[in-house]
Amino acid sequence: MGRTLAEKVWDEHVVRTADGEPDLLYIDLHLIHEVTSPQAFDGLRLAGRKVRRPDLTLATEDHNVPTLDWDKPIADPVSRTQVETLRRNAEEFGVRLHPLGDVEQGIVHVVGPQLGLTQPGMTIVCGDSHTSTHGAFGAIAFGIGTSEVEHVLATQTLMQARPKTMAVTVNGSLPPGVTAKDLVLTLITHTGTGGGQGYIVEYRGQAIEELSMEGRMTVCNMSIEWGAKAGLIAPDQTTFDYLEGRPEAPKGADWDAAVAHWKTLVTDEDARFDQEIVLDASTMTPFVTWGTNPGQGVPLGGVVPDPAEFEEEQDRVAAEKALEYMGLEAGTPMREVKVDTVFVGSCTNGRIEDLRLAAEIIKGHKVDPDTRLLVVPGSVRVRMQAESEGLDVIFKEAGAEWRGAGCSMCLGMNPDQLTPGERSASTSNRNFEGRQGKGGRTHLVSIPVAAATAIRGTLSSPADLVPAGSTHESEA
Amino acid sequence: MDKFLTHTGVAVPLKRSNVDTDQIIPAVYLKRVTRTGFEDGLFAAWRNDPEFVLNRPEYAGASILVAGPDFGTGSSREHAVWALQNYGFKVVISSRFADIFRGNSGKAGLLAAQVDEKVVQKIWDHLEEHPGATVTVDLESRTVKAGEGPDAIEDSFDIDDYTRWRLLEGLDDIGITLSHEADITAYEATRPSWKPVTQH
Ligand code: SF4
Repeated sequence: MGRTLAEKVWDEHVVRTADGEPDLLYIDLHLIHEVTSPQAFDGLRLAGRKVRRPDLTLATEDHNVPTLDWDKPIADPVSRTQVETLRRNAEEFGVRLHPLGDVEQGIVHVVGPQLGLTQPGMTIVCGDSHTSTHGAFGAIAFGIGTSEVEHVLATQTLMQARPKTMAVTVNGSLPPGVTAKDLVLTLITHTGTGGGQGYIVEYRGQAIEELSMEGRMTVCNMSIEWGAKAGLIAPDQTTFDYLEGRPEAPKGADWDAAVAHWKTLVTDEDARFDQEIVLDASTMTPFVTWGTNPGQGVPLGGVVPDPAEFEEEQDRVAAEKALEYMGLEAGTPMREVKVDTVFVGSCTNGRIEDLRLAAEIIKGHKVDPDTRLLVVPGSVRVRMQAESEGLDVIFKEAGAEWRGAGCSMCLGMNPDQLTPGERSASTSNRNFEGRQGKGGRTHLVSIPVAAATAIRGTLSSPADLVPAGSTHESEA
Repeated sequence: MDKFLTHTGVAVPLKRSNVDTDQIIPAVYLKRVTRTGFEDGLFAAWRNDPEFVLNRPEYAGASILVAGPDFGTGSSREHAVWALQNYGFKVVISSRFADIFRGNSGKAGLLAAQVDEKVVQKIWDHLEEHPGATVTVDLESRTVKAGEGPDAIEDSFDIDDYTRWRLLEGLDDIGITLSHEADITAYEATRPSWKPVTQH
C-alpha cells in the first residue's frame, strides 16, 4: 500500500524503532529563541553535555524583544535577562544567533523559510507551538517543550510516537479578496479547536495548490489552533520557485538532486489517511472570530451568535463566557464591532506578501482617528524589503505605526500590549483571554480585513471602503 | 542523573491534600532562566509562617516529603519538581500523585513513591512522636521503613517498572537516547549532502 506524504517524511527520519517504544526521530533543523531555551541550556550545563549538532541549530530573538528603541538596552528586566542568557548560551555552545539589530533577526518561523533553511522533507522542531508553519514546505514541523529542546540539543533526536494522519482537502478556488487566513479560520470553526488532536494533517486540493508559499504558511501555522500536531503541504513548483536562490537553499548539482527527491514527496494514490475532511473554498468569505478561541468564528457578514443556539451544553457555556469577556451582545452584526487597535504582523501574517496586500488596501486612505494601526514586520528582512518598496511610507502616511521586527502584540511579552478592555483586530493566531495583554479583546482577522478595519474603525472588508481620495469614508 | 538505589533522610510531614503545582512553586518564580535556585520559591505562600513545618528546626536538612493525597495537581510546570529537588528533596511520599507531576518527577530523578493512605498516616504519627526522625526508601525492594522495634513501619510503595528502572540506572531521557548513540551516528552518515546546515 502507498504512503502519505507525512509517512514518507517520517520514515526517512527514523533512527531506531523498537516494539512498544516510540520512534527515535532525527531532527534536521532545531530553531531556538530566548523564551523556551534557557533551562534547556542550563540542563546541558548541569549534566556536562554539549550541543550535538550546532550546525543544525539556529537561534533568533523574537518573542519579547521591543519593536521600538531596539538599539537601546531592553528596558524590561525579565526580557533583558532572557535575551542576554540566549546570547551567552549561543556563544558558549557555539550556536548561530541572529540577535536584535542583526539583519537576519526576526520571528523564528519567518526567518527559517526566508533563509531557505526550511526545505521539503525535513523534520523541524522549535520550542514554540507555531513551528507547524514550516510544514508549508512539505516538512514535518512541530513545537516541543523545554525538556525536549534540551533533548534535541544533546542528541539531535526526539522520541516520538507516530501520529495518525488526516487529509484536509479544500476543493475549488478562493473567491477574490478571501485569503488563506479566512480558509483556516473557517476550517477551525468547522472542526472545533480539538478536531485535529493527535494528527499530522496534510492540506491538499485546488485551493491549497493555488496558494502562495506565504498563504500556505498561514494555513500550516494555524494547524495547532485546531489541535493538530503538525500540518503540511506537498511541495510543488511554487515551493521550488520560492526556495531557489535563497541563501541556504542547495545550489548547482545539489539543487537538482534535492528537487529530484522533493518531487517524490507526495501522497501516493493508494495511500490511506486515518481521517479526511473536505471543504469547498468557493463558498468561503472573509471570516473573523467573536470569541476567545480560534474556533469561535463567523463570516464577517454574520452576527455575534446567541449562546442559546449552541447544541452542546459546554459550547453554550463557553460562548456565554466568551461574550462576557469580549464585551459583545448576541445578534450584533460583526461589521458594527468597533475596534481600538489593529495589529498587522506575527508568524501568521507578518511576511512581505502580507504587508504588500495591507499597503495596497491602505494606500491613499487614513487610519480612523479613534483606531491605532500597528504594523510589525515579521523579520528585519521583511522590514527592509517593505521599505525598499515604499510600503512604510504608505503606512506612515495613513497614520500607522511602523515598527521593528518581532512577535510583538501577537503575545504581548514586550511592551506592545492591549490595555484591559481594549479591542483589537489582529492578524495573529490566538484570541485567548489576555493573549495580547491583560483584559485585551482580540478578533482574529485576515490582512484585508485588518487593513479595511483600520480605515473604518469597525470590523470591515475592503469591499466596504469607498475609493481612496473620497472624503466620505466614515459615512460609507 | 545520579542512580537512585536507596535513600535514608529526615522526613517532613506535609499534612495537606491537593497541593497543586502553584502552591509548590508560584508562577512569579517561573520567569527565571535557570534550573537551579528554585528552593526559595518552594511553598512560598506558606514559608512566611514561622510555624510552617519546613521552618521548624527539627526538619532542617529534610530530604523526604510525606504529603497528603493528590500531590502535584494543576499546571504541568516542571519547575515544581525542580523546586523540590533544589530544596534537597529526593523523595515525595503520597497516597496519590497527579499524573503529570509523577511523570515529570521520574524524568528529573525525584522519586514519587505512592503508598497506601494508611501508611502516610502511620508515618505522620511516627513523625509527630519523633520529629526529625529519618525514613528509609528502598527503590530496589520498593519499600518504605521508619522507626524501630514493635512500632516499626514497613510497607511497600508503587512505582511503574519503567520509571523504577530509569531511576535505578540513573538515566534521564537524554541518557537513554545517548545509549543508542551508535544508531544516531549511523543515521547521520546516510543524510544527503544537500541537506541544509546553519554553519559552513
Ligand atoms: S508571532 Fe506569535 S505565534 Fe508566532 S512565534 Fe511569535 S509569539 Fe508565537
